[in-house]
Amino acid sequence: MPNNLAIRLRQNIPFVTALALFCVIYSLYHLAHPKGFSSAVLVQNGNEVFTLAMVAMAQTVPVLMGGLDLSVGALMTMVDCFASYLLSGAAEGTPLSLDLAGLHLTLGTLPGGMAGIGLGMIICLAIGTLAGLVNGAVVVYGRIQPIIATLATGAIYIGIALFLRPQPGGKIDDDLNWAMTNSLGDFASTAHIFDDGAAPWFTPFAWIPVPFVLLAVIALVVWVPFRRSVTGRAVYAIGSAEGAAYMSGLNINRAKIVAFTLGGFFAACGGLFLAIETSSGNADIPQAGAYTLNSIASVVIGGTSLLGGTGGAVGSIFGALILRVISFFFRIFDIAPLLQPLFEGIILLAAVSIGALRVLRVKNTLELFR
Amino acid sequence: MTAAAGADFLVLSGISKRYGGVRALDNVDFRCARGQIHAVLGENGAGKSTLIKIIAGVVPPDAGELRLDGTLRAFSNPAAAAVAGIVCIFQELSLMPDLSVADNISILTPPRRFGMIDNRAQRRRAEALLAEVGCEDVNPLLRVRDLPLSRRQMVEIAKALGQKPQLLILDEATSALTRADVEKVYALLARLKMENVAILYITHRMHEVEALADRASVFRNGRHIETFDKGARSTAEIVQLMIGRDIATQYPPKPARPRPAPALKIENLGWDNRLAGISLDVGAGEVVGLGGLDGQGQRTLLLALFGVLRGVSGRVTVNGRAVRPGSPAQAKMREIGIALVPEDRKTEGLMLPMSVTDNLAIASLPSLSTGPFVDGGKEKRAVDAAISRLRIRVAANSDAVSTLSGGNQQKVVIAKWLMTEPRIILLNDPTRGIDVGTKQELYRLVRELADQGAAVLFYSTDYDELIGCCDRVAIMYDGRILRELAGDDLNETNIIASALNIEPGAGAADAGKAADA
Repeated sequence: MPNNLAIRLRQNIPFVTALALFCVIYSLYHLAHPKGFSSAVLVQNGNEVFTLAMVAMAQTVPVLMGGLDLSVGALMTMVDCFASYLLSGAAEGTPLSLDLAGLHLTLGTLPGGMAGIGLGMIICLAIGTLAGLVNGAVVVYGRIQPIIATLATGAIYIGIALFLRPQPGGKIDDDLNWAMTNSLGDFASTAHIFDDGAAPWFTPFAWIPVPFVLLAVIALVVWVPFRRSVTGRAVYAIGSAEGAAYMSGLNINRAKIVAFTLGGFFAACGGLFLAIETSSGNADIPQAGAYTLNSIASVVIGGTSLLGGTGGAVGSIFGALILRVISFFFRIFDIAPLLQPLFEGIILLAAVSIGALRVLRVKNTLELFR
Repeated sequence: MTAAAGADFLVLSGISKRYGGVRALDNVDFRCARGQIHAVLGENGAGKSTLIKIIAGVVPPDAGELRLDGTLRAFSNPAAAAVAGIVCIFQELSLMPDLSVADNISILTPPRRFGMIDNRAQRRRAEALLAEVGCEDVNPLLRVRDLPLSRRQMVEIAKALGQKPQLLILDEATSALTRADVEKVYALLARLKMENVAILYITHRMHEVEALADRASVFRNGRHIETFDKGARSTAEIVQLMIGRDIATQYPPKPARPRPAPALKIENLGWDNRLAGISLDVGAGEVVGLGGLDGQGQRTLLLALFGVLRGVSGRVTVNGRAVRPGSPAQAKMREIGIALVPEDRKTEGLMLPMSVTDNLAIASLPSLSTGPFVDGGKEKRAVDAAISRLRIRVAANSDAVSTLSGGNQQKVVIAKWLMTEPRIILLNDPTRGIDVGTKQELYRLVRELADQGAAVLFYSTDYDELIGCCDRVAIMYDGRILRELAGDDLNETNIIASALNIEPGAGAADAGKAADA
């Protein structure tokens, strides 16, 4: 029914706007780039955007509920530091030990080879998910507002990261780094699948960068089912009208905990990729803060209301893309990087203003202050 | 298990509930049966809302027990009550505005496919339920936010229906509906009755009781007064049961004098389908009451006069000059001079963590300042004067206003506005939740302010107060002024009859006779 399509479109104006904006500026970028529309440029962009896109998705879930998560950048950094120990892929295996308060604890040995790498990635994602669960538990059972609860837990996560990596360092398996941060063709030849990437049916897709594929897969396999689960809808319901959600008999506490846990998982994906991409772990505090703030900006640009209830993680991916593409422009037009925050700020302001237009329709001005 | 019609489904015994010092329900016994529509009647504050909240698991009772089909139950939250088949349609809607109609209707138990919500099946389910309540015109994909209020209420009813209720509770569910929709709801209730559902119907509308109810129960001051079958009591008798007898309160004498020239003149004021054709005069030195049932537009009218609402039509004159304040900041300016003591003192009246001084001075800072700076000496003198004038009990002026008792907090709100020396004083239920002693002080103060030349518009949910304090009372119904009562016509029987929109002649006179008997 065309009528229903029109309704859907009207309800998703912020998202559609973000999508259109991204298409326009990204096309302009490629037109202006000397090697525009090449796989090499796409791969580079994909690597630069993946971590922020994941952290933005992580931020989206609490924001939909009407909260903010200030720990996403720190959580991502913590997982990054863990990964720098667990993904070395050393053939003889990786001995794991912990020196804490004069004690030397031996935690066993991570097996070598692919099995070890796979296990290491699972452990990294589990740590991040657990940290998200902690966030949710503190918010729900501590009855603390998300913004202050996650400010505190974020400091703890960055503290753990610093404990793990007082200086940048660590090592990531070279093949893993190569396979994850290049095109699908490179992935296939490294993994020795699809005739090393030469299978005739595969070659038309060989140019696609792995990070973009990962983003699409995570969005489709994790986010979409969550969005269409009862708990996922409860998250939207809480952000829309928490009282009404409670009165409708929804399980508010469970939804909140799941929301933060899912955020932890998304941020962990980002941290894992950052470690693989940089082949090291770095407990970089300013970088963690920048990721948190940019994640909020991405969420807003992507069409999710900070008041909660409307939007989604796919929009946030495009929000992150827009934010990054703006910075790509500075490279090709050779504009001083110092001007970058200024332009990013203007774009953010413009995006937020669109969301504020609804205020003009409010007839009872007292409602503006509730 | 299907019990026969007429069998008791819900039995409450000895239910009590207190909120602070207020006894909302006092040792209430109540039962309602399957296959019956049971009306619950009572004045504002009679305890009806608390009763529903306890049945629906929103608040736990302090004492007493609740049985369903003979089994003792205690619900810790609305979800538990919903599982037991108790479904409530609340006055404040329980819809999530950002979710679609289909999402809202199936919020608890959506149809699923491969573990995920099946959007198509959910939409069909919504369409079917909307058709059942006669609302085929609502597209289930629309967001609730984009529907008009009357449609939202119908969606709420469809949502309740989808939960397959054993006991359906409707709290003033028809108040926002159009006449055509009301007919549809009546037909639906009749059908549910045939299907052996127990229905509790809370209403203020007498004609609804006559049209719908099989039985009716009257509540007053938190007590269950009487339950009777359809036709056992006349409308007048029911009104009398609702009024009961009240403790006499002392009110200051009203001066007998001709009606003064209007200081505030409202002509044909309207706003957003919520207020229409309102014309009212308030003279200098006059106290005019606003009465009627809760939520008939009284608060909205006060907000419109105070410049809070956008798009107000009609004409407002203050001392002969047409005014149209665009904000409270403009409304309080000396040329207009309107003050509003708002509905909720904790959120709209006071900045709770700030000091008594700060709260008192906040509305009149321009006159207490020299240039951009607040003049500490001026401020202190003005605040001290206000405190002694209203006899506000404070330990130190620098204490946070949250440390004061409810009555003293309300005095701070009133004193804060008196410091702006207003000509027009709008009071929004100023005695709600404060003790009897402070109430009497406020009554004297209101009269004193009028005697000094202020025009006072006084909204109260307490009819007794309106009779005792006001020279005239305008009764509002459905966003309009239904009737103005003054002199000997200003009595409780007339107020209630007007508030319930019963024909002025017959019902009111009968009720008066019953009151004398």
